[in-house]
Parts: sequence; structure tokens; C-alpha cells
Amino acid sequence: MEITVEAIVFLVFSAITLGGALQVVLTRNLFHAALYLMLSLFGVAGLFVLLTAPFLAGAQVVIYIGAITILIIFAIMLTPQVTRVLKVHHTQWPVALALAALLFVGLVWTQTPLADELGADGWSADFTVEDPADVPADSLTDLGKSLVDPERYMLPFEAASLLLMAALIGAVLLVNRPDDNPDAEAAPAAGARPDQSG
Amino acid sequence: MDINWFDADYLPWLILFFPLLSFGIIVLFTAHSRILSQVVAMTGVCVAWLLSMIEFIKVVWASDAELGKEVFGSTVDWMTLGVSTFKMGVLVDPLTAYMLLMVPLACLAIFVYSLGYMRGDPHNSRFFGYISLFAGAMLTLVLADNLLMLFIGWEVMGLCSYLLIGFWSHKKSAYQAGVKAFMTTRVGDVLMLAGVGYLFLETRTLSFRDILYDEAVLEKLVNTPSVLFGGSAAALIGVLLVMGTIGKSSQFPLHAWLPDAMEGPTPVSAMIHAATMVSAGVYMVVRMFPLLSAGADFHNGDFSTPMIIMGLVGGFTALFAAVLAVGQNDIKRILAYSTISQLGYMVAALGVGAWVAAAFHLVNHAFFKALLFMCSGVVIHSMEHGEQHAAEHGHDPAPHAEPDGLVMDYVAPPNDVLRMGGLFRKLPITAITMAIGGLSLAGFPLITAGFWSKDEIISEAWHGTTEGYPLALFVLLVLATAALLTAFYTARMWFLTFWGKPRTAAAEHAGEGSQVSWRNLWARLRRRPAKATDPGEQLTALQMEIPLLVLAFLAIFAGFIGVHTDFPLLGDLDNPLHEFLSGTLIEHPPVIDFDWLPVLVSVALALGGLAVGFVLYGIRPLAKAQVDPTERALGPGIWQALQNRFYIDMLIRRYVLRPAEHVARKIVIEDIDKDTIDGVLESVAEGFIWLGEAFKRFNTVVIDGVGDGIPRAIGDFGSWFRQVQTGRIQQYLLVVTLALLIIGALFLIQVG
Amino acid sequence: MVPLWMYLVVAAGLFCIGLFGVLTRRNAIAILMSIELMLNAVNINLVAFWRYQTPDKIGGQVFAAFVFVVAAAEAVVGLALILAIYRRRRTVIAEDVDMLKW
Repeated sequence: MEITVEAIVFLVFSAITLGGALQVVLTRNLFHAALYLMLSLFGVAGLFVLLTAPFLAGAQVVIYIGAITILIIFAIMLTPQVTRVLKVHHTQWPVALALAALLFVGLVWTQTPLADELGADGWSADFTVEDPADVPADSLTDLGKSLVDPERYMLPFEAASLLLMAALIGAVLLVNRPDDNPDAEAAPAAGARPDQSG
Repeated sequence: MDINWFDADYLPWLILFFPLLSFGIIVLFTAHSRILSQVVAMTGVCVAWLLSMIEFIKVVWASDAELGKEVFGSTVDWMTLGVSTFKMGVLVDPLTAYMLLMVPLACLAIFVYSLGYMRGDPHNSRFFGYISLFAGAMLTLVLADNLLMLFIGWEVMGLCSYLLIGFWSHKKSAYQAGVKAFMTTRVGDVLMLAGVGYLFLETRTLSFRDILYDEAVLEKLVNTPSVLFGGSAAALIGVLLVMGTIGKSSQFPLHAWLPDAMEGPTPVSAMIHAATMVSAGVYMVVRMFPLLSAGADFHNGDFSTPMIIMGLVGGFTALFAAVLAVGQNDIKRILAYSTISQLGYMVAALGVGAWVAAAFHLVNHAFFKALLFMCSGVVIHSMEHGEQHAAEHGHDPAPHAEPDGLVMDYVAPPNDVLRMGGLFRKLPITAITMAIGGLSLAGFPLITAGFWSKDEIISEAWHGTTEGYPLALFVLLVLATAALLTAFYTARMWFLTFWGKPRTAAAEHAGEGSQVSWRNLWARLRRRPAKATDPGEQLTALQMEIPLLVLAFLAIFAGFIGVHTDFPLLGDLDNPLHEFLSGTLIEHPPVIDFDWLPVLVSVALALGGLAVGFVLYGIRPLAKAQVDPTERALGPGIWQALQNRFYIDMLIRRYVLRPAEHVARKIVIEDIDKDTIDGVLESVAEGFIWLGEAFKRFNTVVIDGVGDGIPRAIGDFGSWFRQVQTGRIQQYLLVVTLALLIIGALFLIQVG
Repeated sequence: MVPLWMYLVVAAGLFCIGLFGVLTRRNAIAILMSIELMLNAVNINLVAFWRYQTPDKIGGQVFAAFVFVVAAAEAVVGLALILAIYRRRRTVIAEDVDMLKW
């Protein structure tokens, strides 16, 4: 593979995505973790652009970065945070690390031509496509139409909207307290346990 | 789409729809109003009954000769899973039609009865919601055209049974009984589900028509070796399905829940635990009979494995439960054991291939047993009034305080037959209808429904015996003995309840101000207001009595449709049932030759049992503080054993439940240090130590030659295994990840 | 363009990082964030396969859009649950919420 501009951009976005993700998982301060999550999701949006899916990239920015991450930050602010954290990770982290690494190795082994290069035949699927067909010009129109076409994705689309509605109502019900006492929120922050965060 | 809902193909959908709709309406809208809920529930079940009558008539008129080949029904796709599709559909063939004659009518009768029985209960709407759901589920089960839908109805009924047994959940014994029933039937249900799954795996369909009426499919199943235990796939599936029946129809060894289920309100006992749900277990094996008997030529003495199991289990249960019924003093428990015993009759009948007889007895039994339960409800109801009166006036109060939880030999005072006596005068209609139900149960010759169906079962077993089949001989012997005992305990129950003089103050004042005494009945006939009865109570009495009369009528006349054609005089009725039901099977079961001997034997047994009962309890009725003659005859040891149900429940509790609980508690205390348990690894290591210890203990106990070892090992295994449940979500996820990796690796190895 | 497998490797990496986070972070909100990472890995795969294998059919993008919807619903409900649990138990540590045990 020659070094093209596209490849460099790809590498940059991948690095942003993965680096941000690592920080999300590793950093002590939860608020910083949320900011790194934004960064990582931004990297994913970049990858979408590279994959000629500009609409999804936009949606990614608006929905994920604009809404979900902000929601998470709200939640972080509503629960007690102490920056000096004693323990960020569960004690089972070595096992988890081993399993995650094993999964990664397994995925790489089966998805890249690596196994073939090393001479172990028949392991990897053929994912070496480099020059796929062009995306039709009206692909965005098609996406919009397919979502409201009864013959295609209208039913799942409606189901998804129902799901969102249900989630909305459910969240309101879960968090709503009939005897809402504004002082109740402030009290726990003061008496929060020192090791609560991570 | 243009559907004519009155077409016999589509009507069944509506039958099952209306009770379910009532349930929905009650739960969502009318739960706050008792009256509205009752109206909604009654409407639902009435419509269901009317529609099923229409359906029945349509089916019978539409085709008389070829019914069974051309069944009614319709099917829709429910869920498409890759290459196969689950379907939902209804089916009305002769067997279903026969059940449609019974189920909605029994439900309707019991609904009306509940109006009276549950009057004044604060949770009336909840009750009517549950029983509507139950009626809908039962109709779903009966009308289903495939095993999956049948299973859905089956499980919903299990849920309703749990909810209704524990309906008075403020009583510890009630909710414990509910849990016991639910857990015990679960054992059978899981095995049955395994059978259904295996059947689907082998045939790619669960439709009755596709499996049971296709010789090729059955043959394929017979010739496929099964995955476990050797034998054919058909045999394994059959055995698993029979396990479901053993749980649902309360057969040995999963019988322990039914007597405790009597903690529920009496209409529930009548509907769920006598007429419908427990019969559903038998209905399922009746329905699946072609599969259960596949590959076996049982007319010539070659019985398939599921049939042998049914014969042995059913026969044993019939006798075992009849023996236990003799030793009970709780009127509802007598009936509960009697139900178990009669269900054993049906299962055993199927075991020897008496298909028509089993279905016949199923329906007859539902009528007379529902009747008996409802009568017992009236008795208990009036005894409660009596106890209340006795307590108020200070004489002869209830002997002991109610225990906390389920106790084997505790009998609630209003249910205790020894505390009754002389109720005939107080409850004439109940006494007479109960006598009719009892005679039908005992198989009183010629005039009762129970006689004809029981006789048919015994005749078939006799027929098998004369051909020299050992299974038929076994079934014949146990059923004959059980028939004798049945007649005896029925007579004992009736005479103790209604005959002689009141043995307690409670019995003396039973039904005061509530039920219909001779005097009030007379007053009612003359359209005068009854003495000391307010109009609400009178309505109650009426609502409880009308269903009794209807069912009493059926307990007599439902039998005449199945009289053998060679029977003198009554044979002229032409035995329409046999011809009708036979249409359900591809191969019509032959009518066995009429033989006087078994008929005379069953007549002798029924009369003999009744006569013994009459001699012991009827000629000289039991007086106050006198010892029960049966108890005297059996001696205290056996009597105690009977009252404690042969200690089976106690053994299970002592050797399975209690060790598990004990060990578990110890672990919880020792394991307070959370951080020491580090993920699954340590749990597994610890688990192996526990397993080792469990095995060690197991060995010692086996060497000791005591059978306690197995339950204890199971208990220990459960205790260490439950440690995996740390409640910490991330440990669970870790295990999930591990499993994902293992599955992925296996997949790769297979592909690569 | 870069070969397909490179996208897959990035997605696999993102997924495994997210998985690690889910398995080890103690704070429930952090677990939720890690789940978002895993969902994004799935989305990269969906879009990449769409682009390289069936660019003329829109299914891949549609499914990615559905993943957005599900992710949003999951975040909303998840956070509401965390807040509800916090109010009752005064903790956001996943391990401390172990009423399900035994």
C-alpha cells in the first residue's frame, strides 16, 4: 500500500479514535473521560467521512457528541465526584485485560491477511478489498426514502421511534420523584464517600 | 382482508379472545370497581361459552362422517426465524370439539359460583381478572393447532395457578403453597419444553396436523436414534412430554403440590385444580397420543416407552393417591387426592392405549369433580359461619391456632370433616348434589357418568389382560383396587359431612343466616322472604347453587353418550362418542368386544366400597368425640403416615431444601470479605473444592447405604454453584466475555 | 482507498478497549461511556462493510442509523437508572449494587 493522503488521514483519525478511547478507559477524572469520549467519537465521525458516509458523520457529531456525551456530562455532574480517586478499576482488571487482548488478537487474526502472510491457510476471511465500486450519487436520497418506504425499512424505523419514546418516558418515570425535595440532591455530595468515582 | 368471523374456521380465535380481553379490561380499566370487573369477566366467559357452543354445533353439523380428516382452523405466521417459521393457529377437530363442550361450560359454572363465593372479598376484581386470564389460557391450550401455542397456554395457566393459590397472600401457607406449586410444575414444564424443542429440531414444525397425521414424519421420528439414553427420537420426545404431564397433572413423584394448592379459594380449586388445568396435562398426552405410541403396535401388546411410563406412573399414582385420600380429614384435601387418583386413571388408560376412554373420563371427571369441589366450598363457607358463631358465643372454639406456614397434617377447622356432621338438614341442595357428584366419582352403576367412563377404562385394561399383556394386568389390578378405595373414601367423606348429628357447635350453627336450610328453601318456594336472611346472602346462595344443579345434571347425563353398543337397553344410544372422537386419529381405534366380567367387577367394586363406607359411617354415624372407625381399623402408625402423606413432602424438605439453605447461609457469613473473591477464577477453584467435598460426602453416605446422599449432594452442588451469583454485574460480564471467546474459538476451529 | 481490513482492525481495537472499560471501570457512568465506544466500533464495521461490499444497497447505513437510536435510548435509560440507584443507595459504583446475589 502506497502512502496516499487518504491513508494518512485514515491513520490520523484512527489514532484520534483509539487514543481517545484509551483515555476514556484509563483516565482517573471522570469529567476528563467524558471529554476524551467526545474526541474519540469525533475520530469515528472522521472515519465515516472517509467511508463516504457524510450524513452519518454529521449525525454522529450531532447525536453522539452533541447529545449523548452532554447527557453523560450532566449525569456526572449530578453524582458526587472527587478528583482524588483511590481506585479507578475493578480488581479483576488483569483478567479483563487478558480477555480483551485475546479477543483483539482473535479478531485481527481472522480479519486481516496476517494469517495468510504467516502461512496459516484458511483462517482469514477475504477482507483485502481496496477499490470498491463508487457510491451512487443519490445515496442520501435513497437512505431517506428507504426509511419511509413500507416495503423497506419503515417498520423498523417506526419501531425505533417507539423505542425512543418508551426510553424517554421510562427515564422520566425512573428519575421523577413525587415528593421532590430540592435539598436532597445537595446533601449527599457533602457526605460522599472519598473513593466514589473513577 | 375479508373474514367472516362466524365461519367455523375463524370462530375459534374469538372464543379464546374474549376471556383474554376481559382480563385486559379488568387489569387496565376496571380494577377499582368490583361490580364492573365482575360484569366484564362474566361477559367474557359467557361470550366464550356461547361462541364455543356455536362452534361445536357447526362442527358437528358440518360433516359427520369425515370429521377429523377435514378439520376446521386457520393459521398465521407468527415469527420467521431463518429457514423455519413459528406459526400460530387454531384447530377444531373432534377431540377439541369435545373439550369445547366441557371447558367453557365448566368455566362459566365456576365463574357464576365465584360471584357468590367471593362476594365481600376486597380483592374481587383481581380475582376475576386472574380467572379470566386463566379461562383464556385454557381455551388457547384447547384450541391450539401446534405444540408451541399449547405450551404458551400451558405456562400462562401455570402462572394463574400460582397467582390464585397464593391469592390470599397474607396467609403464609397460601403463598408458600403457591411457590411450591409453581416450582414443582416447573420441573415438568422444563422437561416438556426440552421435548418440544427436540421435536422441532427433528421435524421443523410443531403443528399437530403435520406431525401426528403424517405417517412419514412419525416413521422418521421412530427411526431416528435419540440423542440421549438410546431408543428412538420419538420415544425420547414422548417421555419428555409425559414428564410435562406428570408435573401438570400432579402425578407421582411431582404430585406434592396439588394437595397444598387447596390453600387457594375454592372456586380456584374447582376450576384449576380439578376441571381444567390439571386435566390439561392429560389433554396434552391425549392430543399427542399418535406420537407417544408411534412405532408400537399396542393393540398386539407392543407398548412404546412413553406408554409404559404412563401405565406405570398413572397406575401407581391412582392407587397411591386413593390410599392417601382415605386418610385425610380436610374435605378439600380428600378431593385433591381423589383428583390426583382420577388423573392417574386417565394417564394409565392412555398407557394401555384406551384413548377414547381416557378422553371420555377426562370430561366426565371434570364435571363431577368441579361439582364436588363447589359443594365442598359451600360446606366450608357455611362452616365458617358456624365457627364464627361458635366463637362469638364461646362454646367449642376452634381447637388450635393456625400454624405459620404450610404444615402437613394441619386441618383448618372449617375444612375438617370430623368437625362437621348433620349438615344434610342445613344444606339440602348441596348434600344432594354432592351425593350425585360422589356417586359419579365412585362409579355408581348405570346412572352416573363416572361409571361409564371408568368402566370403559377397566374394560380396556381387562381386554389387554385377557390377551396376556403384563402392563394391562398391572393397570387393571391397581385401578380396580383404587376404584374400591375411591368408593370408600367418597362414602366416608359424604357421611361424615352430612349424616348423623352435628359433632361440634360450629356444625350445629353452620350456615346460620347465610345458606339455605329446609325452612328457608320452603320459604323461597312460597315466595316469602326467608327467615334471618338478607337479600345479598340469598343471592349468594342462589349463585352458588345454580352451578351445582347444572353440573349435577351433567355428572349424570354426560355419561350416556359413551355407553358400549352391546350394553343391554342403554346400548341403543349407539355410543356416538366413540365414533365421533375416533375421527381425531388417522387409524380409528377399534371398539373392543363387550364383556360382562369387567362390568360386573366394576359394579361390585363401586358398590362394595360404598357399602363399606355406609356400614362404617352411615348406619351408626360418627358421634361427638368418637374415634374415626378407619383410624381405629388402621392403627395409629399407618393413620399418621397417611395424614403426613407418607412423609414424602417432609423428606424432600428435610433432605433437599434444608441442607441447601443451611450451607448457603454459612457461606454467606464466611464470605463477607468481598475483595477476597476475585472474579470467576477463585469462584471456580472454590467450586471445585466444594464439588470435591460434595462428592466425598456423597460417597460416605452411599457407603452408609442411606438414600439421603443424593439430595444432599444436589443441595451442596447448588450451594457452591450459587456462589457464581455474586450480584456484581462486571463479574457476570467477564464470564460472558469468556464464553464469547470460547464459542468464537470453537466456531473458528470448526470452520478453519 | 485503504483496504477494508484496516477499518476492521480499528473497529476491533475500539471494541476491545470498550470491552476492557466495561469490565473494569468501577463507576457506572464510565461503564456506560465504554458501552458507547463498543457501539461505535459496531457502527464503523457496519459502514465499512457497506462501503466496501455493497455500496449500492443502503442497508448498512440504515442499520448504523438504528444503532444511533438504540445508543441514545440506552444512554437515556442507563443514566436514569444510575441516578435512581444513586438516590436510593448513595453510590455509583457498579460493584456496590449487588442485590442480585445468591
